Amino acid sequence: MATADWNPLGEVYYKKCELYSMEWSETVDISKFEVSAAPYGGPIALLKDESKTARVQVSTKPIVTVFTAAGKQLGQMRWNSGNIHKMGWSHTEDLLFVQDDGVVLVYDMFLNFKKTFGMGQEAKDVKVIDCKIFSSYQGTGIAVLTSTCRVFIINSVDDPRIRRLAEVPGLSSAPSSWAVINLDRQSRALIAKGSELCLIDHGGQYQVQTPDLSTDVTEFLAMSLSFNNRCLAMFTDKGVIWIGSSDLQKKYCEFNTKSPTPPQQLSWCGAGAVVGLWGNMMLVVGPDKDWINFNFDCPVHLVEEEDGLRIIGKYQHEFLHKVPEVTEKIFKIGSMEPGAMLFEASKEFYKGSQKADEYIRIIKDKLEVAVSQCIEAAGHEIDPAKQKPLLRAAAFGKCFLTDYSPEAYVNMCQMLRVLNQVRHHVIGIPLTYSQLQHLSMPILIDRLVLRKLFYHAVKICQYLKIPDAEGASRILAHWACYKVQQKSENDETIARAINQKLGDTPGISYSEIANHALEEGRPDLATRLLDFEPQAGQQVPLLMKMHKDSIALSKAIESGDTDLVYTVLLHLKESMNQGEFFMAIRNMPVAYALFIQYCRQQNRTLMEDLFYQEDNFQEEGTCKVINSFGKERMEDRVEELKLAQSCFTKAKNEFARVQTEDQIKLLKYQQRLEEEMNRPFLNLSLHETIYRLTIGNNHKVAEQLRKEFKVPDRRFWWLKIQALGESGDWVELEKFSKGKKAPVGMEAFVEVCSKHGNMKEALKYLAKVSPEQKVKCLVKVGERKKAAETAFDNRSEEELNYVLSKCGPNDKQLVDSIRSMKQQLGKR
Amino acid sequence: MAAPSVKGFPDFQRFKILAKDDLTSLLDQSPGKKDLVIDGDLMKPLDRIASVSLLKQRGVDKIFKFDGTLKSMHGCEQRVYLVQPRMTTMKAIADHINSDKNINFMRKYSIIFVPRKLHTCLSVLEYEGVMGYVTLHELHLDFVPLDKDILSLELPEFLKSFYLENDQTWIHSVARSLVRLQALTGEIGHVHCIGKGAKMVNDLMNYLMKRDNNSDQDFSRHEIGSLILIDRDVDYVTPLCSQLTYEGLLDETFGIKCGTIEFGPEVTGKQQSAKLLLNSDDAIFEDVRNRHFSNVLGYLSSKAKLLQQDFDKRHGLKSVGDMKDFVANELRRLKEQKSVLANHIGACEQILGKKTKGGFEEYLQAEHSLLEGTSLRENVTYIEELLFKQDNMLKTLKLICLLSLTQDGISPQTYKSLKTQYLQSHGFEQLVTFSNLKSLGIVTEQETGSQASTPLNKVTSGMAAMTRRSTFKTLCKKLSLIPKSEDIDLKTPTDMSYVYSGAYTPLSCKLVEQVITRGGFTGMEEITKCLPGGVHSENHVKRSKGKSARQDRPVSKVVLVYFLGGCTYSEITALRFLGRLKGYVFVIATTAIINSSTMLESVMEKPPI
Repeated sequence: MATADWNPLGEVYYKKCELYSMEWSETVDISKFEVSAAPYGGPIALLKDESKTARVQVSTKPIVTVFTAAGKQLGQMRWNSGNIHKMGWSHTEDLLFVQDDGVVLVYDMFLNFKKTFGMGQEAKDVKVIDCKIFSSYQGTGIAVLTSTCRVFIINSVDDPRIRRLAEVPGLSSAPSSWAVINLDRQSRALIAKGSELCLIDHGGQYQVQTPDLSTDVTEFLAMSLSFNNRCLAMFTDKGVIWIGSSDLQKKYCEFNTKSPTPPQQLSWCGAGAVVGLWGNMMLVVGPDKDWINFNFDCPVHLVEEEDGLRIIGKYQHEFLHKVPEVTEKIFKIGSMEPGAMLFEASKEFYKGSQKADEYIRIIKDKLEVAVSQCIEAAGHEIDPAKQKPLLRAAAFGKCFLTDYSPEAYVNMCQMLRVLNQVRHHVIGIPLTYSQLQHLSMPILIDRLVLRKLFYHAVKICQYLKIPDAEGASRILAHWACYKVQQKSENDETIARAINQKLGDTPGISYSEIANHALEEGRPDLATRLLDFEPQAGQQVPLLMKMHKDSIALSKAIESGDTDLVYTVLLHLKESMNQGEFFMAIRNMPVAYALFIQYCRQQNRTLMEDLFYQEDNFQEEGTCKVINSFGKERMEDRVEELKLAQSCFTKAKNEFARVQTEDQIKLLKYQQRLEEEMNRPFLNLSLHETIYRLTIGNNHKVAEQLRKEFKVPDRRFWWLKIQALGESGDWVELEKFSKGKKAPVGMEAFVEVCSKHGNMKEALKYLAKVSPEQKVKCLVKVGERKKAAETAFDNRSEEELNYVLSKCGPNDKQLVDSIRSMKQQLGKR
Repeated sequence: MAAPSVKGFPDFQRFKILAKDDLTSLLDQSPGKKDLVIDGDLMKPLDRIASVSLLKQRGVDKIFKFDGTLKSMHGCEQRVYLVQPRMTTMKAIADHINSDKNINFMRKYSIIFVPRKLHTCLSVLEYEGVMGYVTLHELHLDFVPLDKDILSLELPEFLKSFYLENDQTWIHSVARSLVRLQALTGEIGHVHCIGKGAKMVNDLMNYLMKRDNNSDQDFSRHEIGSLILIDRDVDYVTPLCSQLTYEGLLDETFGIKCGTIEFGPEVTGKQQSAKLLLNSDDAIFEDVRNRHFSNVLGYLSSKAKLLQQDFDKRHGLKSVGDMKDFVANELRRLKEQKSVLANHIGACEQILGKKTKGGFEEYLQAEHSLLEGTSLRENVTYIEELLFKQDNMLKTLKLICLLSLTQDGISPQTYKSLKTQYLQSHGFEQLVTFSNLKSLGIVTEQETGSQASTPLNKVTSGMAAMTRRSTFKTLCKKLSLIPKSEDIDLKTPTDMSYVYSGAYTPLSCKLVEQVITRGGFTGMEEITKCLPGGVHSENHVKRSKGKSARQDRPVSKVVLVYFLGGCTYSEITALRFLGRLKGYVFVIATTAIINSSTMLESVMEKPPI
């Protein structure tokens, strides 16, 4: 009978079933240990304090042993730190030890030390007298009660930030009991002080609470919060269990146990019943004062779960839980629910009985509900033998439905397959379906990885078709990180093994694994692993961490990402002396160019030093020249130019040297001219300087400069003609034209005059223009008609064509006359 | 042979949308009222992706142009810097923050780096002690689609930093841009690289693609058939030639910035200046942009006549309904067209005015004869004359560059004298310019060797000079860059050389033509050995994928030409023409659009103030 082991508690049933028979049964007597087990089927830690049990007082340190839920040993160690006050598990399945000086030590489940932190100076000074490890909205929190009756709390062991809760006024000795309530993203402590209850928070607030209690109370001896923090159970000195909401506003019931002693453990079974444990006797109390009594033949330990209670004994690991509603509907005697009918139908069908048809007919309209019920009920079963008939019933019912989506059925089959697998005693995670819903699949996979069950984790990922990037390859990466810890194997073998398994799987970061190897003190292995890393961006920082700077630099260059190169370069620059640094980069043109680029913007002196060291005098000189432009004072400027000059000498760049020398000379001239004439000259080019002088009628100085700087005649002529034209000094211009024979020809004069609109003057010079140039010149000054006539006189068809090409649409008449001229020429 | 019907330009507006979405989500990360400080260089590109109203919607209060000289800035409690990752910029931002710190007025600062943050920048922020006060973001703005066939990175400094200073930073940006492009258009099957930067980009691109390959790539999309990467240093000659197409001349005369042009009052004929977006949406511009300038004005005036006729229609309108219809629909369109047309005509007049003055014809003649490699002596004299007359320094420098590039350097004597004259005319600081141009290989000195003094050597070197042909000349000959026929029909051109009045076919474009017609570099060894940096071809087509891109599929006719170091509008025009001629669709990607002046200015030393 399916319902034989159901125990009624009011209107609902509770059921106790065996999860495992413990592998440890030969070696462990649970009553001699302090026990702590992690929720969600987590591992069990046992702390054996021999100083307590031994008849002779010995000063040996206690021994800590960790087992799976099935009793398989995972790790053992002898404690070698201070006095352990409390042991507990974090939500990431790390084992936490709180010492009486407030120091918290974190170990993984294989008892490898992970980290440590303290609970503050005050806790250290005055000692911790009690401690609670609780689950907070941020993960797992720890609260300590000091001997001064102050409470210090951290909300997350991953990010330990200590907060002090408000003081309970008048509390001088340890409270009879206390608890941490975590609701609405806030952790508060409920402290029992005599008959009073005090709620304190970290905002400095405290509230006195009086629960609705019909009997007298002088002390609350124990209190327990349900898994979801919404319900509270308290045990009074009169043997009464008070059950109500955690805000103390609602009372569900008071139950008199008539026990003078408080229970060893006061726990919740899910959120529906309170469990008290006295020796081998366990009392389950429902919210309506109903109760069930269980007796065990050996001592047990209770572990709360969100949907039930695990009972760990020497021989057995059992699970007490409320019979789920849907299971009740199917299996309750005389149930007429569609699920129950379908289950019966399926049973009859496999027996080959026609009754199957009758049952199906009864629930014809509700078949869909029936199927869902069977699927859901199967999920709640722990024993595969019980899951099977339910699933079979669901499959059977499904056949009669035409448009039923198989998704729920398939999902459930997959989930159960996974659950059965992890529940297997080899793995030993007794997770229920609802716990898995809450925990989520990725976290379950993480937990397998934590247990180093890489193979199982990968298989599950593959079975569930989780994409490699989040599934298999992530696990492989974890495996690799574990692998590098195996000191017994040599670097080469490990590197090869890892690469063989991981290959080029997307989502694998070799550098992360290498980083692990480095942390394990295996730099050579790290280097080997890094070679597999395809992303230079990942390789480089680690290589730098390993002080493999030159490899880092060449890898960065290889990547083509200059940003990476800079990262290495700037790091190198900091960590080496300048000379070494220059030597290091000189053979790497890319890095060298980049560094120069950096210096150009950030540190010009460094750049010059670099050029100097390289004997690159040409560039050094150029630098100095550019520097000179930025100098305000003339002396500085000349100084820089002189330095440049000597650089150019060394660089054997005669041209640059001479030019620099001339520039120094010119600057000095310009400075003097500015002083003398009170007009700006500095920074003008040589040409402009002489030009301005000519315009300003300083022909003497202009002449002087001309000689000094060996200005070519043609330049000087052009310059002077243009300058005189601009200043309108036609007299001087004419004088100039009559001087030495002009090296630029008379047309220059014509051009300048016409440019400045003085046609009269232009014509004057036009007469002197050589005949070959005359036509062009006339065109230039806009006398196209005259040009045509001159061309005609020259009898040059070519010149006529030239004039013609210069005619625009407005010169119709002229075009005609040129055409006729051409004809005339042609005739002759 | 009829050209296959290839119309489809890949849709690049997606870049805009992506960038816009990224920007808005970044702005939303600083909720509330905020000031936006934008790098001057990013102003125009930002204009193209996000309107002011959009920014306002996202809580932007005031928009400032970043000014590195300011020591402090005012504004509201929150400030967002949108800047390029430069160390000097970082220093200025740190100054702003520190000055706020000094008066105890703290704002919330965030910096959005375009296109990404660099370690060097962060080190500056760290050094200045402001790292803790700023939040850092990245905006992966790479391509700005200037038109349906032009993508620009708007990185004018590429040329200087890569070719002159050997800084590979922007190579990474180029490779990144290609990776992102292919994420949208699908992997490009064939890649051809001309030049060393091109090869580097290709290698880096492959590396990044491999790294980012998340196997979920969409292989079904396949919008671009092949990619030609070309280094600017392969062909410096083309951008130095005077542009003669309408679009090119607009750029040289007024400067087109990020696809927009601003006409001053002298063009608009009105008080205020006009901003025009130059792209294919402007039907009139689309008609004239690719034309040789000589037949732009004629076309525009005929267009004006047509427009007038349309206007005159209103006299023929019979009913009130017609009238209403005309006013409602036609009139608006006509008026818009009229103003656009007026602007273009105005611009033409300006260009014409500038070109007829100042001896442009002689200049062009000198330029063309330099390209042909004739009348060397006369050209040097002409350059000297320009120097003596103190003519425009850029103009003169262009000719010196062309002289050197076409002759494999300038003979030592001429080199020295031209440099001396240039310095005398335009100042000593040009010494640095020449040193830069030498490093770039644009203006170099011919190596005749010092032993030339011995008579025997004189003979041999003389012989060598006779037989020796410059690299450029070899290329001209092999690729027939200089058309033989004197008269080329500029109205209905038959050859790419029309963009330079038939005097010269742009080398870069000719190389592209060779590569696409040959499908690679095979049989081009004679030519490729003349190109600096070498060439490289690669095939990415996955044969196993079944649907491999076959040559006859239209997508193989879509070619992305990527210019590293910038390209000119004339080159784009030439490629457009080539596309029409051969039935290809060319998409042009470039680090920036340049012209001879912007190119030279970027490597010139600025005179001291």
